[in-house]
Amino acid sequence: MGILIDLDKCNGCGNCIEVCPFGLLELVDDKIQVKEGCNLCRACQEACTYDAILIEAAVEEVEVSDLHRGVWVFAEQRNGKIKGVAYELLSKGRELADTLNAELSAVCFGHNVAEASELTGYGADKVYLVDTPIIKGFEEDLYTAKFVELICQYRPEIVLAGATPMGRSFMPRVAARLRTGLTADCTGLEIDLGRRLLLQTRPTFGGNIMATIICSSKRPQMATVRPRVFKKNTPDKERKGQIIKLDFERGGITSKIKLLDFIEDLTERVKLEDTDIIVSGGRGLGKAENFHLLEELANVMGAALGSSRPPVDEGWIPYSHQVGQTGKTVCPKLYIACGISGAVQHLAGMQTSEIIIAINDNPNAPIFEVATYGIVGDLFKVVPMLIARLKGR
Amino acid sequence: MNIVVCLKQVPGTTEVKIDPQTNTLIREGIKNILNPFDAYALEEGVRLKERCGGRVTAISMGPPQAEEMLREAISLGADEAVLLSDKAFAGADTLATSYTLARAIEKLRQTDLIICGRQTFDGDTGQVGPELAEMLGLPFVAYVSKIEDINKGMHLQRMVEEGHEIIELPLPAVITVVKEINVPRLPSLRGLAKAKSAPIPVWTAEELAIDIDKVGLKGSATRVVKVFSPQRVNRGEILQGEPEEQVKNLISKLGDAGIV
Amino acid sequence: MTEEQKTVRDLARRIAEERILPLRAELDEREEFPWDIVGELASSDLFRIFIPEEYEGLGGGCLELCLAVEELSRVCSGVAITYAASALGALSILEYGTEEQKRRRLPDIASGKRLAAFALTEATAGSDAGAIKTTATKKEGGYVLNGTKQFITNGGEAEIYTVIALTDKERGARGASAFLVEKDTPGFFFGEKEKKMGIRASSTRELIFRNCFILKENLLGKEGMGFIIALRVLDRSRPGVAAQAVGIAQGALEAATDYARQRIQFEHPIISIQAVQHMLADMAIEVEAARALVYSVARTIDSGAKSITEEAAMAKVFASDVAMRVTTNAVQVFGGAGYIRDYPIEKMMRDAKITQIYEGTNQVLRNVIASELRKRRSRQE
Repeated sequence: MGILIDLDKCNGCGNCIEVCPFGLLELVDDKIQVKEGCNLCRACQEACTYDAILIEAAVEEVEVSDLHRGVWVFAEQRNGKIKGVAYELLSKGRELADTLNAELSAVCFGHNVAEASELTGYGADKVYLVDTPIIKGFEEDLYTAKFVELICQYRPEIVLAGATPMGRSFMPRVAARLRTGLTADCTGLEIDLGRRLLLQTRPTFGGNIMATIICSSKRPQMATVRPRVFKKNTPDKERKGQIIKLDFERGGITSKIKLLDFIEDLTERVKLEDTDIIVSGGRGLGKAENFHLLEELANVMGAALGSSRPPVDEGWIPYSHQVGQTGKTVCPKLYIACGISGAVQHLAGMQTSEIIIAINDNPNAPIFEVATYGIVGDLFKVVPMLIARLKGR
Repeated sequence: MNIVVCLKQVPGTTEVKIDPQTNTLIREGIKNILNPFDAYALEEGVRLKERCGGRVTAISMGPPQAEEMLREAISLGADEAVLLSDKAFAGADTLATSYTLARAIEKLRQTDLIICGRQTFDGDTGQVGPELAEMLGLPFVAYVSKIEDINKGMHLQRMVEEGHEIIELPLPAVITVVKEINVPRLPSLRGLAKAKSAPIPVWTAEELAIDIDKVGLKGSATRVVKVFSPQRVNRGEILQGEPEEQVKNLISKLGDAGIV
Repeated sequence: MTEEQKTVRDLARRIAEERILPLRAELDEREEFPWDIVGELASSDLFRIFIPEEYEGLGGGCLELCLAVEELSRVCSGVAITYAASALGALSILEYGTEEQKRRRLPDIASGKRLAAFALTEATAGSDAGAIKTTATKKEGGYVLNGTKQFITNGGEAEIYTVIALTDKERGARGASAFLVEKDTPGFFFGEKEKKMGIRASSTRELIFRNCFILKENLLGKEGMGFIIALRVLDRSRPGVAAQAVGIAQGALEAATDYARQRIQFEHPIISIQAVQHMLADMAIEVEAARALVYSVARTIDSGAKSITEEAAMAKVFASDVAMRVTTNAVQVFGGAGYIRDYPIEKMMRDAKITQIYEGTNQVLRNVIASELRKRRSRQE
């Protein structure tokens, strides 16, 4: 089991050394040796023209019980309002469930979650609702315990949740408690029907490399998905589904964490995730004050203000405006990137926007590769002109 | 306070690409570094120790070369470091990794706080922290941006999308921190001298009293079946001319698209 | 270089590039004292370099100090001189302090908790150091200081000052003594911060003593040793100033070279023009020579040599003249851009000038070198 070099076939050409992303191959006495840490990604096998690399996957212990059926979506909510990512996941989940010929269910924890009934309109056949003041705020311990209980009881084969701070915080706990696999931050989900497997695609190395991952011998197969990666369908209000209200007994569960207060960041007047237009600034702005120029443009267009990482790191604008790998993922109708070079980590957060406009004085800036329309120029000339013209209309 | 910081050595750049012709990975001579997010975790651990006394132990699961990174941790203020290294640990996903780390932490003295960085540069999952907490049966808070009070349990600030929450967390516990929490220090001369000669024990599977089926590739629930380059469709049009022309052109195109 | 010396150099370079470089333009523009950076230097143990181990230092020598000063100067000599001046102040305590005086003050300087400074110069006494007028009148239990010191680096920020004052006007060269004066001593005031041409991050102030009483425990060495202490301490810290000059020159050389590589004129980078190449080559030769001389003198001092006055003077004169030449030529390479404050090079030229002036003007030092040369030759006969 593992990786083996067939020393008879290996001729020491070294092609495989260059392509290993972890630098684990080396030439010793004209033959290739593998260092510790190989995770069998097969990059070397594909590069070897002598068929000298053998990779044997672990013997698949089929612990998969035929009893695991159904696709679940954790419908995250805050203050009674369901997050957009839940609807996006139900839309995608419906597709997956149809392929598997299985049921799609939504699971929602909270208090006074008015919109819970709307979840059926997005494709849910069932909605498991735990509505109680005890879990009004997000407490990892309580959410984890209840979700694990439900999964053990109803045995879904696939569980999806938004890769939000909440999702990325408590889903790993659920997965670890169930000793099953969890793939974070997925941007692609497909079904391998033959093996009833969820093929989970996600970015690694900051988005430079995509990896496809499976969870073959454990159930449920769990994944968190980035918001605004999948589109949400138009809801079908007529669609019928079952709303199953469940009790919550605090009983055995001790939540050790205490939520004392919530302090809202009020500088983000227009919510980045919900707007149709975003005006965003990068290092090219030069200093904090220059965000005023972009604010003016944003006001004229009724847009929200965004930023790449460097201005946030420099303290020119709060983190809540950051778009990118470690910031927010957005998918507006129009994204205007001013003085943003287009590093892969930033693109990860906005490249699915419908129309992307880039204004940058460097013609080689990577942002131009994803821009629908690019202007190579001085943003301090172009933006005021844009503002003037738009005001005039 | 006994603090454990979990560190990972990662490739020094995310600039890894796939050769479109051979569909294989191209890695340009990369140095290995301490995962940048873990630097914040280490710094916070050292600051806490300076504030209330105690020890900081840096721990890492990785290949033998990760020892270099653990020495760096000592030069930055960690009192000691342990490397978990064994062929059996290789190929681990986050589940197997957190299991291995958990067994190692149990072998150390009684720990009050375990700090992890929010995610790694290469894996980007952010899962080891919470899974580790689960393995150890400890409370867990993610995205901590400030540790305010350490008198009865901890008062911390947790970053959420719309702002931040104030949380009270009893110890022992596990937290992950974000980069807003501090500015990591540079090494000190005494730290560098200490790091040079510090003994860094290597614990293998045998030393950890571990269930061999739960570590490494065997203990992983997920595995990678394919790697490829992200598709980037170049659909762009660079608008030509003087700024005035460009702007006029742009607005007209936006008008056509129904946006303005 | 030993491993330890390389470690010092590399760490100082990292601090300079990661923590000082982003701030230097602002520090210069606002003439702000770099407290945050002082904190970084402290937590990295850089202040421990020039303090012996028994006083919580790392026991480094002159070369280690020069390496640190050079690397810091390469990025900002205003920060570097703040660091070096504290070393100068500490040196007087190290060389002439009693056990008690050393134990009381050196650990705090080593930890960077308190900065030190050295005060000799007055309005009427620059090169003519013997013309100082500040007096220290003996009283019951101590001395009363009266007078004003001028152009004191770290003035107002440091907490421990070594002050040279007259204890007996009649005795000429033996008429002065050295004293340790702490910042908040009653009767000890500071003048306004001077507005300087360069090293603007550094604080330069007058020290004003008006019936300032200090205890007799604050006498450094013996009465009458003031000028001897000053001369010897300045001798030993001259390599540090020389290292500062080398650092400035190195920074300017690198900046000029990088600029020349990317500035396109006549369709080529200007570095392909031979005139520019020769300028850069001459600059590089001079920096290398200055560095070699400074390190050589530092090693001589570290080997325990007793008399190093001449060598130290040579290093300082040569390196500072090199710094002035190199930075001036570097501005020239930058052309018009070199005159604009958005570019870092004009600051380096402004910073370089002072190295030819303080810690002994190059003219006075040339006198010293000629005098040593003459003495040596006459001893041969």
